[in-house]
Amino acid sequence: MNVRLYVWQRLTAAIMAPLVLAHIVVIFYATRKGLSAADILARTRGSVVWASFYGAFVVAAAIHAAIGIRNVLSEWSPLQDRGAGMLASAFGVLLFLLGARAVIAVVLP
Amino acid sequence: MSLWRGAQQGRYETYKVPLRENQTVLDVVTFVQRHLDPTLSYRFACRVGMCGSCAMTVNGRPRWTCRTHVSRVAARGQLKIGPLENLPVIKDLATDMRPFFEKWQQAKGAFAPSRTRREDIEPIRPDSPARMAADAAIECINCAICHAACDTVRWNSDYLGPAALNRAWTLVNDVRDGATNERLQAVAATGGCHACHSHQSCQELCPQQLNPTASIAGLKRRTTWAYLKGEI
Amino acid sequence: MTLGHLRHRQSVLWIAALVHRLSGLALAVFLPVHFLTLGLAIRGEAPLESFLRWSDQPLVKLAESALVFLLMLHMLGGLRLLVIENLPWRGGQKEAAAIAAGLSAAIALFLLARMF
Repeated sequence: MNVRLYVWQRLTAAIMAPLVLAHIVVIFYATRKGLSAADILARTRGSVVWASFYGAFVVAAAIHAAIGIRNVLSEWSPLQDRGAGMLASAFGVLLFLLGARAVIAVVLP
Repeated sequence: MSLWRGAQQGRYETYKVPLRENQTVLDVVTFVQRHLDPTLSYRFACRVGMCGSCAMTVNGRPRWTCRTHVSRVAARGQLKIGPLENLPVIKDLATDMRPFFEKWQQAKGAFAPSRTRREDIEPIRPDSPARMAADAAIECINCAICHAACDTVRWNSDYLGPAALNRAWTLVNDVRDGATNERLQAVAATGGCHACHSHQSCQELCPQQLNPTASIAGLKRRTTWAYLKGEI
Repeated sequence: MTLGHLRHRQSVLWIAALVHRLSGLALAVFLPVHFLTLGLAIRGEAPLESFLRWSDQPLVKLAESALVFLLMLHMLGGLRLLVIENLPWRGGQKEAAAIAAGLSAAIALFLLARMF
């Protein structure tokens, strides 16, 4: 862990704090109302707001989780920095691709 | 009580030592060496809590053995004493302190003068915020207890460790020092202050009541700021 | 990582750090699954709807509130760290860690209650 990775990890953490809170509120609302898929998709389809919100969330989460995984790998697995970095980057890319696909899935009209 | 005998490989051997009313762990280790087994290797110097040489692992925690009363730590009269963790073992209870001091140097933990004898002495106000920050962390005597207690040291061989970083923090706050930029670079690199997870084991166990976690947090702020400004 | 030294790791803050790490790992494992589930909607609302119906069962609801618990734990623990790292030092870290855990549990239990 160096200053560059640290800044990216703490920055994405700070960005995600309000996003997580909003997400929890959404979860409470959706489960209380017992929203069906049709209800949810009716709200998200074609919405620039939801696209931006979850788009930003996915990017931040992918970066944050990848750096976290890198730390865990380099401290708890036999992998050295390079190996841990490569595996973590691959995971970050996977998260981003799956996340972007999920956002597109619910936001595309 | 059981003592570690051997080097990196070895085993705990049991000794029977008379229990006295006022007895430190250093007393019982010394008793073993003087009366039971003269081949036991261990370190001590001042035996009054000033030098830090007698630091060992006592029932799982790194302590100054000269300042640890047996009555306080011996659960049911059992004592398990080993060398400090996270350092190579030379023999029995004595560790090789070189990696500890090498990391000290790596963190640029040495003062770099910026004036010569031909210039006036720089006046330092003891109540300036920088000097107060330095003073709060300055009493480290390099006993390596924090280094032994730190799990990030255990898990990350690159990690400079709480003592080295704590010292770097005091120097970063010393306005007389001329190597601030190099020092910030050193502690911003891989294994520097950003590897700290704030477990606070160092703070909890430091016999001088220092708080390396706080010092390291200070370094995180300074290096982040310097990084964002493009200085390092 | 050796586990033999864990017997004396009873410090609240060490446990807090472990919880933070383990919750992060759990969330990292969960996220791809979460994204794949939402991605079901790419084939229309029917696949997503049948998943939502499947997830109506009590065990899944329990798992969902456990996930919210982990997310809150990780975030509140992380916020405690951001305070340590960016603001002047303050004591009471053990108390702050305990409050973070309690608040996370409360929110997750509240969600669980509202789901039934």
